[in-house]
Amino acid sequence: MATTVFFYIFAVMILGGALLTITRRNAVHAALWLVVSLLGVAGVFLLRGAEFLFVVQIMLYIGGVVLLILFVVMLVNLDSAAGQRQFNKQWWLAVACVLVVGAEVLYVIKSGVESFSLPEAAAGAASEAGSTEALADALFSEYLLPFEMASILLLVAVVGSVVMARKRT
Amino acid sequence: MHPITTVHYVVLSAALLLIGTAGFLTRRNIVVILMSIELILNAVNINLVAFSNHFQEMGGQVFAIFVITVAVAESAVALGILIALFRNRETVAADEINLLKW
Repeated sequence: MATTVFFYIFAVMILGGALLTITRRNAVHAALWLVVSLLGVAGVFLLRGAEFLFVVQIMLYIGGVVLLILFVVMLVNLDSAAGQRQFNKQWWLAVACVLVVGAEVLYVIKSGVESFSLPEAAAGAASEAGSTEALADALFSEYLLPFEMASILLLVAVVGSVVMARKRT
Repeated sequence: MHPITTVHYVVLSAALLLIGTAGFLTRRNIVVILMSIELILNAVNINLVAFSNHFQEMGGQVFAIFVITVAVAESAVALGILIALFRNRETVAADEINLLKW
């Protein structure tokens, strides 16, 4: 019961925040509504028993990515852009494409809705301590090589963003 | 009230994906386009976590961690490119950057 209520609260946060993010004129306002949307996603992670991802979502997305976006909004002068046209000329075509894809996705989900109820397996497998321990076990044994490759990717990204952003002398 | 099932999460994820796609395709401001990409990646993560819980299988959550990692790396590089671009062209409107357009 409480899960149902919280799910709908988080769903309204996610979808409302996302809609306001893509429609606000001021980029700072859009970034702040993005925070609301990402907080809703973090709540959904908590509802689905992914406690570690909940913390990562708040620390990395809200604390990292949105902060970075806000920094860039401050660095790049957006005052002139806020006064201009916000949507490009082909917006009606894009919205029509999105609506068609949405109708297709809803049709696929609706026609395949029975298959979701099949293998609700091993409900007792989740321990009371949460899923963080099992996640760490999987990450550091089965997925160790992708984990190390992710660290190389982050190193390359750090060096690359510094090279991109620095002044040519 | 119905109990919340995996289908609810899939529909929520699809709706967020569509909103992100609409923002990506319609906005002119590159910063907002980057925010739309973050929305799309979050929609994918909702799906991964929902199915990870559905099957009691950790692979979905591990994959969500990698998606977050790549998203952070992507936004760092993209914002670096954006600063360099603004320094050269003095604009953040995506349809004004048309030097390679025929």
